[in-house]
Amino acid sequence: MDTIHIPVRVLPQRESPVYAFDPDRKQYYSTKILRFIVNSHGDDALRTIGITGVDLFIPILTYVFGEAQLDGKAAIVSGARLRQEYYGLKPDRRLYVERLFKEVMHELGHTFGLTHCELDNCVMRLSNTVAGVDKKTADFCRNHQDQLDKKIKEVERAYGK
Amino acid sequence: MASKPSIMIVDDEEIVRTSLSSWLLEDGYEVTTCEGGKPALEALGNKHYDLMLVDLKMPEMDGLELMREVKKSWPDMPIIIMTAYATVDTAVKAIKEGAYDYLMKPFDPEEISLTIRKIMKQQMLEQENVFLRKELAKQFQFHQLYSKNKKMQEIFELIKTVAKTDVTVLIHGETGTGKELIARAIHAESLRKDRPFIPVSCASLTETLLESELFGHEKGSFTGASNMVKGMFEMADRGTIFLDEIGDISPKLQMDLLRVLETKEIVRIGSTLPIPVDVRVIAATNKDLGKAIDAGTFREDLYYRLNVITIDIPPLREKPEDIPLLIDQLIEKVNIETGKSVKRVSEDAMALLMQYRWPGNIRELKNVIERSVVLAKEDLITLNEIGPCVGRIARDTAVTGDMSLEAMERSHVAAVLKQNNWNISTTAQVLGIDRTTLYKKIKKYNLEQDKQ
Repeated sequence: MDTIHIPVRVLPQRESPVYAFDPDRKQYYSTKILRFIVNSHGDDALRTIGITGVDLFIPILTYVFGEAQLDGKAAIVSGARLRQEYYGLKPDRRLYVERLFKEVMHELGHTFGLTHCELDNCVMRLSNTVAGVDKKTADFCRNHQDQLDKKIKEVERAYGK
Repeated sequence: MASKPSIMIVDDEEIVRTSLSSWLLEDGYEVTTCEGGKPALEALGNKHYDLMLVDLKMPEMDGLELMREVKKSWPDMPIIIMTAYATVDTAVKAIKEGAYDYLMKPFDPEEISLTIRKIMKQQMLEQENVFLRKELAKQFQFHQLYSKNKKMQEIFELIKTVAKTDVTVLIHGETGTGKELIARAIHAESLRKDRPFIPVSCASLTETLLESELFGHEKGSFTGASNMVKGMFEMADRGTIFLDEIGDISPKLQMDLLRVLETKEIVRIGSTLPIPVDVRVIAATNKDLGKAIDAGTFREDLYYRLNVITIDIPPLREKPEDIPLLIDQLIEKVNIETGKSVKRVSEDAMALLMQYRWPGNIRELKNVIERSVVLAKEDLITLNEIGPCVGRIARDTAVTGDMSLEAMERSHVAAVLKQNNWNISTTAQVLGIDRTTLYKKIKKYNLEQDKQ
């Protein structure tokens, strides 16, 4: 797998994002959590990505798997709808991690300025359902990988590595 | 992707605008947001949009009102109406008024995503369709002529064959059938194509003027002839001369013309010196020259000289299959000339155009389309534009029981005169003939203003 060759640091777990809870929808407003992540983003990192177990929404959509700042610093991914249990099925940890990994790569792609891809295999393909997530691979297509490499170099240069 | 599809979001709620636009941006669309109908209409004038997402409930102008306004100028704009409080009634109303779809907020991401993709695909297919129609039209194009008609296709083939020779061609067809375009096509297909094509309308000039036009004159040959002037035959040397309305020339000119055809020489007025000319002659008439010969008004020997090859152009009413094709071509042409962007003719207007008998043939169709494109408020020609021209004329011609061509022409001329308050210039323009011809027709049919 040829993806993003940059070191990863795992930050300590944060408290449940109660500030983003919408009692009417019984979901969490993704953009509010994203704003929290942007604010806690340190200058020693290129990007910060949050992972949460709560179900996310944006006002106009019933749910989202994640949200990113397009060509920005941060992104958020929810695992809530990526679990088999959500659909009344037997838990499958391997499948869950695979899905979560794909969605993290997808949102990270957005933070590096990538938009959705028409190709079936590319991780940048838009998937609003788990079936869609399972269908695509965790890899970027050639075109998107090129764009990504270029962008990472650019960002690293700006940060003085 | 060549260029990003462009989407406009109109919603008074900021949160909807930002959340929807950031989501659509991720999906690779170009997004513009507006907080109401007024700024939306302004923005539409500045840029092309592929799709609009419009909130139903907005202060000042609601979604349906905005949609009505948009459809006036952009009838093909796909609009998705969004609402937080969906009822079947409003949904039905929105769709009836031309909304592409009606979605309830919040959207299921899969649903909105599919709907937008479907619209984009449909638009791509429509663009492809327009392109293919243009390609198809090329197949039916021969120089400036367009026709799917079998007879016309045979004529195109005949033109290709006769063009390579120098034989005289006589074109017969009703007024407005495109006789000059046929003549130009012959010229363009011939070896003379790089030399001049000189059209002469024989009916518009008096005998002496026409004589001097055709053969030229020497200095001082008559009062006012202060210089030597070359005639059309000399100007057309090694090219083609097109003598339109040949049936209208005087007996003397008929004889002069016969001599030119036989000797391939002309003599300027006021001179005796023959000048050799290498000219291909194409003549045209809307008259039955056979009858004119019987009546003694046209020389039989000239007729046989001219009539080596005859091309008989069918009138437009005998080739209705060409009407949509010609309309497409005419709309495109007038769009370019006027900077309009009319796309097509509405179904009911097209039905009327297909029914109409077109006594003025393609020239009349051209006038109607030119007028309609200019008058069209949207990118669609409707009965509103066509009706005043064709509807009235169709009714006027329909009342006469006599279906002969002359009767049709008489009532058509009368109707157009009446429509234009007997303004000769305008009427001649609408009919696509010159004023002299119109005067002749008024005289011929005994038309009088107060009796009409």
